[in-house]
Amino acid sequence: MAGKTMLINLLKNLNKPTSFSKYIGPCVTQLQNQPCSNTSRHYSSQNRLVTMIPGDGIGPEISVAVKQIFSAAGVPIDWEDVDVTPVKGPDGMFRLPPKIFESMERTKVGLKGPLATPIGKGHQSLNLALRKAFALYANVRPCKSIEGYETPYKNVDIVTIRENTEGEYSGIEHVIVDGVVQSIKLITENASMRVAEYAFKYARDNRRSTVTAVHKANIMRMSDGLFLKCCREVAAKNKDIRFSEMYLDTVCLNLVQDPGSFDVLVMPNLYGDILSDLCAGLIGGLGVTPSGNIGEEGALFESVHGTAPDIAGQNKANPTALLLSSVMMLRYMELTSYADRIENAAFSVIREGQHLTGDLGGQSTCSAFTDEICRKVQAS
Amino acid sequence: MKALPFVYHGARCFHLDQKNHQAAVAAPVSRPAGRHTATLVPGDGVGPELMGGVREVFKAAGAPVDFEEMFISEVSPNTSADLDTVVESFRRNKVGLKGILTTPTTFKGGVLQTLNMKIRRELDLFANVVCVRSLPGFQTRHNNLDFIIIREQTEGEYSALEHESVPGVIECLKIVTEENSMRIAKFAFDYAMRHNRKKVTAVHKANIMKLGDGLFMRCCEEVSKLYPKIEFETMIIDNCCMQLVSNPYQFDVMVMPNLYGNIVDNLAAGLVGGAGVVPGESYSSSVAVFEQGARHAFAEAVGKDIANPTATLLTSCNMLRHMHLEHHARVIEDTVLKVVKGGKIRTKDMGGHSSTSDFISEVIYCLP
Repeated sequence: MAGKTMLINLLKNLNKPTSFSKYIGPCVTQLQNQPCSNTSRHYSSQNRLVTMIPGDGIGPEISVAVKQIFSAAGVPIDWEDVDVTPVKGPDGMFRLPPKIFESMERTKVGLKGPLATPIGKGHQSLNLALRKAFALYANVRPCKSIEGYETPYKNVDIVTIRENTEGEYSGIEHVIVDGVVQSIKLITENASMRVAEYAFKYARDNRRSTVTAVHKANIMRMSDGLFLKCCREVAAKNKDIRFSEMYLDTVCLNLVQDPGSFDVLVMPNLYGDILSDLCAGLIGGLGVTPSGNIGEEGALFESVHGTAPDIAGQNKANPTALLLSSVMMLRYMELTSYADRIENAAFSVIREGQHLTGDLGGQSTCSAFTDEICRKVQAS
Repeated sequence: MKALPFVYHGARCFHLDQKNHQAAVAAPVSRPAGRHTATLVPGDGVGPELMGGVREVFKAAGAPVDFEEMFISEVSPNTSADLDTVVESFRRNKVGLKGILTTPTTFKGGVLQTLNMKIRRELDLFANVVCVRSLPGFQTRHNNLDFIIIREQTEGEYSALEHESVPGVIECLKIVTEENSMRIAKFAFDYAMRHNRKKVTAVHKANIMKLGDGLFMRCCEEVSKLYPKIEFETMIIDNCCMQLVSNPYQFDVMVMPNLYGNIVDNLAAGLVGGAGVVPGESYSSSVAVFEQGARHAFAEAVGKDIANPTATLLTSCNMLRHMHLEHHARVIEDTVLKVVKGGKIRTKDMGGHSSTSDFISEVIYCLP
């Protein structure tokens, strides 16, 4: 592959003391992040490939809507649809089809609709499997008040960044004696540093001013203390972004009173789980909240709402969450101009309020809502 | 105490509604002649200022309570009383009023337990009750809220068991026991029965912590079968928080483990006006300690005379009620609510410009 040869050549040049090294730095990182770097440039004639997991229930409808809007905007992306219905393995256990991993391995970027979680069926959870396979260590959820969809809370513009691999979700639990259970919360320096660094990077890339570390180090003095220490260390290296730290309970108290005072929040797993849903509640629920999982090997963007089986197939679903997630994905792929166009179109359709789906208080269908966004995108 | 000078900057309070006043007197309330003793721990931050206010109001209302005041603190250990003395006092008086104790964030090794944890553990204050009620006449985003949060507060994440397995890797243990889970579940259902509540919601994260929170949920389910008149439901903590900000009216009595209680207490306090307006109380089988619902010492306001004494005053009323001083509890509570409702004298956090002492003087002035 051309990219690979170039990399090898550049690496060979590394030990030569030339002005090359200045050029090699960013290039090498780029090649590592995106092995097919020649296709990652958006001025390239070649389209980039993205894995699409339509999901269950309303998933297929809303993913069609997203594809339709993408083609209206002329986004240089090709979709690779993957079905994730578990298949029975040779040992009789149900597993995820290997195709999803192969596809994600190739594309490094995925968009996922809602999945029905079969409870107690004994097969591995897709989220967990993908999280492990691609080291998706940070969950990012921007929550911004949507004009035209009123809630009691105004001017919300918060991003929650949640450590996604350890903490309370380590899954290590045992019964010590009958009636006494011990659950272990695991905090490591590596994971804490990694998510703290990502939070500051995110803040800088998205022109945010403040990162707030949310913790409970007054109670969990060592574990949350370590997380806090890592955040402080990273903050000291990123003086351009303001840093503050706050107790989890204080954040909860202030979030509902004055949500406008928060910017980027970074926190361990459980707190992130709780606060990201809380923030979603502030702007109107999971139906309008995008979400992205950022990893070292790739990224997966998803809508976090349910499958809504009661309205599946009736053209009533609201594709906003998946669409906004796909906008996050475009930003991640550095296709910013497309991201802005699609986002503006979606927000202006909601603001005008003429073509809203039922959950946003309108009477329109999913396809009418989508068509209106397409029209806006093409006009822009 | 010398008589308070009746000088006011704001508008005057209405005279107490005659009808209400008569109702208060006519009701069969106990007015015992003897005096009662209660432990008073002023706490850190604005605690001492607020407790001073409570004392003034008690004196003006003639509440027959003597306080056994002792200062204990983790942030200023030099002036702090001994833990044992304080615990002994609470045990002897069986009732007390407590301010908020701050925990320093910087951990330099040594004892992991905070002072708060030690007091709770020593006295076995297993149940914390926070009644979240909208104050009449004070508008927030959600009005007419009325629900109760019951929190287990001796174990869970607050077990203070942590260790560094290898450098850079820390394990923190969360302990859930059947005994404590059954106890808090029973407490919650008993509370619901006694206060004519219809529904108990158990909040958990059993989808992730299958054993730990699973045990808690199973205990609640088991106890719920003994109370067929009370509806029982379970809710996952993240969904619970989302529901609280979007539709808090669906809740009645909520019961949950320690950390979730801390989160929900504060979130709910935020819904009705902040840490300065929500009272709370903690119970063991023999001791009752009354403290604010949302525990914030508000250290940045020390000496500025801006803290809101509403929560502390309402807490002290609950204490009076617990001591069977129904008459005094009602008189003070009605007056505090009336001052809040009047809207002329409000502290900064409620959108007013009055000081703590203005508010206290107004309450004293309005006392019947």
